[in-house]
Amino acid sequence: MSTAVSLGRIRKLKNALALTIAMIAMLFGLFWLIWILATTVELGVASFSWRLFTEMTPPPGSEGGGLANAIAGSLILISLATIVGTPIGIFAGVYLAEYGKHTWLGHTTRFVNDLLLSAPSIIIGLFVYDIYVARVGHFSAMSGVVALALIVIPVVVRTTENMLQLVPNTLREAASALGAPRWAVIGKVTLKASLAGIMTGIMLAVARISGETAPLLFTSLSNQFWTLDMNKPMASLPATIFKFAMSPFKEWQQLAWAGVFLITLGVLTLNILARILFRNKHKQ
Amino acid sequence: MAWVFRKLMEGFAIVDNSTTSSSRTNWGDKVFFNLTRFFALLTLLLLVGIIASLIDGAWPSIKLFGARFLWTGEWNPPMERFGAVIPIYGTLATSLVALVIAVPVSFGIALFLTEMSPPWLRRPLGIAIELLAGIPSIVYGMWGLLVFSPIFAKYVQPFLAATLGKLPLVGSLFEGPPLGIGILCAGVVLAVMTIPFIASVMRDVFEVTPAMLKESAYALGCTTWEVVWNVVLPYTKIGVVGGIMLGLGRALGETMAVTFLIGNMNFFNGFSLFSPGNSIASALANEFAEAESPIYTASLIELGLILFLITMIVLSLSKLLLMRLSAQEGKGT
Repeated sequence: MSTAVSLGRIRKLKNALALTIAMIAMLFGLFWLIWILATTVELGVASFSWRLFTEMTPPPGSEGGGLANAIAGSLILISLATIVGTPIGIFAGVYLAEYGKHTWLGHTTRFVNDLLLSAPSIIIGLFVYDIYVARVGHFSAMSGVVALALIVIPVVVRTTENMLQLVPNTLREAASALGAPRWAVIGKVTLKASLAGIMTGIMLAVARISGETAPLLFTSLSNQFWTLDMNKPMASLPATIFKFAMSPFKEWQQLAWAGVFLITLGVLTLNILARILFRNKHKQ
Repeated sequence: MAWVFRKLMEGFAIVDNSTTSSSRTNWGDKVFFNLTRFFALLTLLLLVGIIASLIDGAWPSIKLFGARFLWTGEWNPPMERFGAVIPIYGTLATSLVALVIAVPVSFGIALFLTEMSPPWLRRPLGIAIELLAGIPSIVYGMWGLLVFSPIFAKYVQPFLAATLGKLPLVGSLFEGPPLGIGILCAGVVLAVMTIPFIASVMRDVFEVTPAMLKESAYALGCTTWEVVWNVVLPYTKIGVVGGIMLGLGRALGETMAVTFLIGNMNFFNGFSLFSPGNSIASALANEFAEAESPIYTASLIELGLILFLITMIVLSLSKLLLMRLSAQEGKGT
């Protein structure tokens, strides 16, 4: 009897111990999130000013200056990459979900796409350097767009396919029964039904490339000056942060914190918005 | 007669009409189908293209150094002698440190989210952990360099040296001056970055465990821990390993955070985790744009090729394991 009681006690103790450790693990995860966000907000707000949006990146060691050229560069690179990458991703995703579900090409592409989704982004930079920059002979904003677009594609493919799979088959059958050809069924019914989900995917893709630094290091490089020329190196927020954060100059580091604050704010807002959008759609 | 003929013609006209309209839709369908197939093929060819272009770019180095590249420890740009041992070691060491920390923590988080958390907290907490994955790598890097590493050098490293450093075998991993930046510091930040990936896969696979199995175990009087350890974990172990491999794949290729924190030293400093090193990705990030000689560039591209092949193998394994779990689940076992 006493052994049974003590065994029960040991089991309960073990359970309590394990659950406590699990709770500590949860707190451990939250601890980092809060710590990183707190420092980003604290140091970012401290060095925030409207100058950031109006003045160019300063030369080393000088007072003042902003991030205007880097912010503009980032916006240009991100929007062009999204415009280029999204249609490709949606088409490929449509193929995977609607046509190639059980074909050889479908299976292989699905597998490869998931690999590309987690592939090191610096390798994408190397690839674009090799096929574009090395051939043209100079760094350019356009090559940065290509690199970022290649990162957008797998994200959009994955979400498009997943969202199309959520569309009930009865919808497709109903449209076909009314005589709609396949392209119209897909374009006017299934894609429309999963529009919110696909938008979520695009937002996540934008969030993903907003912070990407590695693929830009050997493509669009960086530029201290304002430029809209797609054939010249272009400044971007992440590449500027990289340069400024690694430097010993206090002014540069402060600007880098302001940049980190802007990026984190943008990326987390997009992440949260995407989730809200998706959930609202699913409640309907 | 004429009437019949007219009827017949009308019939033909109808038939004719319908064939043209159906051929038009056939045509539209064909274009649309081929368009989607083309872009799917393009995605597939992207992988082939990356590998081909990396081999092409690395060719001068592959030809000059041969297999020697893989076990040469020297990385000497001025003398044009290159070997991959230091960056490969740095890549593997930081990733292993990251996994040693991230796997148990992720397991705890998944356990908490699936078995312990009150339902109303589950979603916000899950999102919070996923947001850790949303924070850009460069933010981790800058925060790690300017905020975390000084604290790490001042408090954590002396503590580790005084405790774990005194143990017989593992002690040598924790010796040397507490510099802050180094393999251990990079590994710790890398762990934080991989936790969301591993934890969310673990949570997802834990959730597919049939409620019947868990309830049966609870009905026999099992504690929560016993249910997780003896029922949930054995049922989902393939998926759990798949999740860990996914985290490993992510950690191996992580660039910016490691570049900030690893110290970028191209010579071997002994096996202590306190010492600075270099990883493949950070070597590329730091040196590629400035590499002048063709052989230097080619050697860096060969490093990239090695990294790409390793991550592709790890990620393929992860994907195959996760696919096996969902196939097994589909069979209803």
